[in-house]
Amino acid sequence: MLNVDIQTRLGRFELAVTFASDAGITALFGRSGSGKTTLVNCIAGLVRPDRGAIEVNGECLFDSSRGIDVPVERRRIGYVFQEGRLFPHLTVRGNLNYGYELARPNERYVSIKQVVDMLGLEHLLERRPANLSGGEKQRVAIGRALLASPRVLLMDEPLASLDNLRKGEILQYIERLHDEITVPIVYVTHAVDEILRLAEVVVLMAGGRVISTGKASEIMGRPELRLHTGIFEGGTVIDAKVTAHDLQYELTTLEFAGGQLTVPGVDALVGEPIRVRIRARDVSLALTRPADISVLNVLPGRVTEVSAEQGPSANVRVDVGGVTLVARITRHSVARLELGAGREVYALIKAVSFDRHGSGFA
Amino acid sequence: MFGLTPTEWEILGLSLKVTAWSVLCSLPLAVAVATLLARGDFPGKSLVDAVVHLPLVLPPVVVGYFLLLMLGRRGPLGAFLDEYLGIVVAFRWTGAAIAAGIMGFPLMVRAIRLSMEAVDIRLEAAARTLGATRFRVFFTITLPLTLPGILTGALLSFARSLGEFGATITFVSNIPGETRTLPLAIYTQTQVPGGDAEAMRLSLISVVISILALVVSEWLVRRASRRSQGHDA
Repeated sequence: MLNVDIQTRLGRFELAVTFASDAGITALFGRSGSGKTTLVNCIAGLVRPDRGAIEVNGECLFDSSRGIDVPVERRRIGYVFQEGRLFPHLTVRGNLNYGYELARPNERYVSIKQVVDMLGLEHLLERRPANLSGGEKQRVAIGRALLASPRVLLMDEPLASLDNLRKGEILQYIERLHDEITVPIVYVTHAVDEILRLAEVVVLMAGGRVISTGKASEIMGRPELRLHTGIFEGGTVIDAKVTAHDLQYELTTLEFAGGQLTVPGVDALVGEPIRVRIRARDVSLALTRPADISVLNVLPGRVTEVSAEQGPSANVRVDVGGVTLVARITRHSVARLELGAGREVYALIKAVSFDRHGSGFA
Repeated sequence: MFGLTPTEWEILGLSLKVTAWSVLCSLPLAVAVATLLARGDFPGKSLVDAVVHLPLVLPPVVVGYFLLLMLGRRGPLGAFLDEYLGIVVAFRWTGAAIAAGIMGFPLMVRAIRLSMEAVDIRLEAAARTLGATRFRVFFTITLPLTLPGILTGALLSFARSLGEFGATITFVSNIPGETRTLPLAIYTQTQVPGGDAEAMRLSLISVVISILALVVSEWLVRRASRRSQGHDA
């Protein structure tokens, strides 16, 4: 759906980006200054690249070799800006109507009522932007962009100016939007938790270049990318699905390719997809299935690799039903258990080691 | 009414007519020039800027004299207007409006330009991503947000026009009922023996109108800027 191959120079900064994505939510991830915003500005048509081509849903928006440069207003690329950019002289209703009225009736795919209900804007409609809270502003900005019926929705760090409570709230709205309206989203961020929670495909950027593109769980778990992802703590990101809730003990059971996981109760419906991150140091290994032990998660697997680093610890990669878990244990234990590639082991993970703060869940 | 004599009513009416026309006619032009200066980037921009400001620094009599040279019946522009369009402005109230409009023009442009430069161009970019052409963005975003400046500019130009003397008397003379506006009438009264009382009455009328204009425009500007800053009006 989105094909980008552009080069441009802004002062001393050089952007040379090539990526393609068919995902529902594609995240452009990288530190500030990596060129994410410039890239989305190019897609929106606010910045004109020196060379290259941009294609959305098979339609060419920019192609320097063919001299095509569709003007911003005809691209139908929705844009939710970091600072909201609501029109201060219009009411919330006026802001929402702005793009809606400009969209061709046959191209509209959401109604004002639908957006107002979905984003909870009913009681704000007659208010003016200056009196709204940060979270409310961002909700209006998302609604306004959606109502122009864009082919792609660009979101440039929409949570950057919000506190943690509001962040969670807006993230819920974005997930809901993604479930209810099938508009592809390109989501710019430098926050790992947002990526883990939202993204299907991650385009990892640094210094104006794409370092790597791939499935979110894969990219975020790759140790060689940790300099760019900022995830210094080794671990694995797992795509799972909620299968059951245990209300008495406040636990939730998840199912993933390698089996089942029991974790502290999460606020999600049965059947909902969820992504968890398991830190390497929270994983222990045993050669036999331990009995009489408090650890709830015991997953059988096979060691694929033992990488000894400097210092007392080593990383052991264990294949659990096709999913690679990383366990960080002492070199002493590696020697004592004679761990090596091919060895059958049990990976033990305490349920309580999953917590929101350690980016256990996403 | 209000104890004004018919002559005073005539002077007041003429003054307001001249001023109103001068403000209304120069406003669109001032918006255009201010836009060009605030958002345009072209060679000779500083020259345009300087020319616009000329009436502010030149002696008004000089402006009036140039107007007479250009727009007088035998002036190049005046002769053309007279011959092909049958329009004569020299020694008419329309000429007084032109003189007043030109003298107030720099003040109007300055106020509008400052206000427009303060408009966040990122809002304009946002509007374009929502499907608005540059043209529509200008009229639905830029201009409404410039409204406080436009009102301020209109008031400044109104006050300047109402008090216009030098350029007016030089260009269109001091003809009762045609070009004798308030300042000219006051001047005339001070030149005749026993005209002091009348000069004072006319001066008081001037003061009242100026204060009224100031109050009304302050109220409008405050309302407009509250709105353009996004508060509930």
